[in-house]
Amino acid sequence: MNNAEIIIEAKGLKKYFPITQGIVFQKEIGAVKAVDDVNFAISSGETLGLVGESGCGKTTTGRTLIQLYRPTAGHVIFNGVDLTQLKSKELRQMRSHMQMIFQDPFASLNPRWTISRIIAEPLKVHNVRKRGQIMDRVAELLELVRLNANYMNRYPHEFSGGQRQRIGIARALASMPQFIICDEPISALDVSIQAQIVNLLEDLQDQLGLTYLFIAHDLSMVRHICNRVAVMYLGIIVELAGRDELYSNPLHPYTQALLSAVPIPDPRATRARKRVILEGDPPSPANPPAGCRFHPRCALAKEHCRTETPVWREIKPNHWVACHEC
Amino acid sequence: MEQLLELQNLEVKFHTLDGVVHAVNGVSYYVNQGETLGIVGESGCGKSVSVLSVMRLIPDPPGKIAGGKILFHGENLLDLEERQMEKIRGSRIGMVFQDPMTSLNPVLTIGKQISEAMVLHQGDSKKVADQKAIELLSLVGIPNPEERYGDYPHQFSGGMRQRVMIAMALSCSPEILIADEPTTALDVTIQAQIIELTKKLRDQLGMAIIWITHDLAVVAELADRVVVMYAGYIVEQADVFRLYENPRHPYTLALLESLPRVDSNRDAERLATIPGFPPDGLNVPPGCPLAPRCGFAVERCLQENPQLHEIEKDHHIACWVDVSTGKEL
Repeated sequence: MNNAEIIIEAKGLKKYFPITQGIVFQKEIGAVKAVDDVNFAISSGETLGLVGESGCGKTTTGRTLIQLYRPTAGHVIFNGVDLTQLKSKELRQMRSHMQMIFQDPFASLNPRWTISRIIAEPLKVHNVRKRGQIMDRVAELLELVRLNANYMNRYPHEFSGGQRQRIGIARALASMPQFIICDEPISALDVSIQAQIVNLLEDLQDQLGLTYLFIAHDLSMVRHICNRVAVMYLGIIVELAGRDELYSNPLHPYTQALLSAVPIPDPRATRARKRVILEGDPPSPANPPAGCRFHPRCALAKEHCRTETPVWREIKPNHWVACHEC
Repeated sequence: MEQLLELQNLEVKFHTLDGVVHAVNGVSYYVNQGETLGIVGESGCGKSVSVLSVMRLIPDPPGKIAGGKILFHGENLLDLEERQMEKIRGSRIGMVFQDPMTSLNPVLTIGKQISEAMVLHQGDSKKVADQKAIELLSLVGIPNPEERYGDYPHQFSGGMRQRVMIAMALSCSPEILIADEPTTALDVTIQAQIIELTKKLRDQLGMAIIWITHDLAVVAELADRVVVMYAGYIVEQADVFRLYENPRHPYTLALLESLPRVDSNRDAERLATIPGFPPDGLNVPPGCPLAPRCGFAVERCLQENPQLHEIEKDHHIACWVDVSTGKEL
């Protein structure tokens, strides 16, 4: 995977959201540091998992990556082009190569549009096909996600959650992207449906050579689907490694705690396990702790963890971590 | 061991504009004193409706408890007057709901919300109830309980709100705690905190727990016995260890096989899937509700719905087929 060509790379990516006071004369009184200096690269054809607790900035990272949010600082290099420097017209052309699948299949489809209109919209926006060919392409896409092409003229409410997620996937595939961000694509689905969607995503990856950024909080599913995994905490990536390396040899205390919190569907194994229970909740990203951001909840925290920010370093080949004590 | 609560052939229907939804179709289960029962199933399988019936919280109309009995200490809760039921609800049976964001009253302090039940049910004076509420807050692990007592729900995080909900449910020392997907809306790290807390309180207070979830992994962690529901029916019921080691119903088997595990690498394998999606309760086909999605289905499954029957001691399934041989039982 390492020799493969890098398709997208984030360099020093930051996204701050301003906190304002006042209604007419708004002034900035602070910023939510949702993403604060993250660096990673995704190779062509691989799946990078991005995991962390809610509010850690994983969705913002995904959205900033494809410029749905313009970053506060940093660069995103996609196929050699710096997306942050593009004007909106050029960016729109680039967007046909990168698409997104959303979490909530009930909120992400327009209820007043037919399925064919929903799936055809990216085709029209990106001028991929001429009008006459659009319906053929919609039918082709529906078959690609294993839905009956006869459903084309129905509305979203006529479908179940899993089917709607397939429609969302068909829409993302319409412009023939190379790179897709899957933002919690299975969290809202029933257990028996989740595996169907995950298998579909894997099949499509093999068939079309897609690259995924898979954002999720279900660490078991991430282990199944991803090649490499990045763990985020409070706006920064604290650990990044190959899937097997990360799960069998987690180095950062936060990764260790996160993994030990995941229950296993086997009563003997799960009860025999030693758990690291994290105390309290993650602090606010508007005012992150000084030094290492994890130190108030960390069992290993030493004096220098409170004052010095740990450096993001490659501790072993392809295993990156930001921790003083590793 | 005494059966504290027993449901016998409970049937619940909802009369909607589209027709009658059969939410719970003759469900029987029990929970013993001090025992933790896990109820697992997908959305719409009737798991929540069955416990809401225990609390008599099914909105009528459109809901209707059409048949069956709910015996609490041998007394049928369905025969009670609303006034008598109020003495049990929140007092002898406590409940924790899924969404801690919406199930607390936003305009009352949490101290007020916790002490309310004690004033009402136990006749405590306000002062005593306040004191007890502070003790409860510290019991469920809320730091600085004296200060937090006067705070409003929006000042708490999701995990902390769920702790408040648990404190509230425990306020009158219930014999049964019903928890309806209490950790579904929470992060895994917070879920682990709540599960540890529940285990600690269970051992300390000796209450029975009914824990409802769609997550087979959470049940493995916590339950003594498990009931698996599908489309308003119980499909399998067994001791927790037996269920995971020797699942005998195709649905349980398929669910367990479709789950990836965080502790093992099944890299090359594709996830096993259950094709199709659950029936909607409006048009229940004759025969076994799982039959259209079931890899083991035989001719008989499409015509006759199997009854729950015992296949070994304390292990019940509702299926015509033996999954180990694939042949009809």
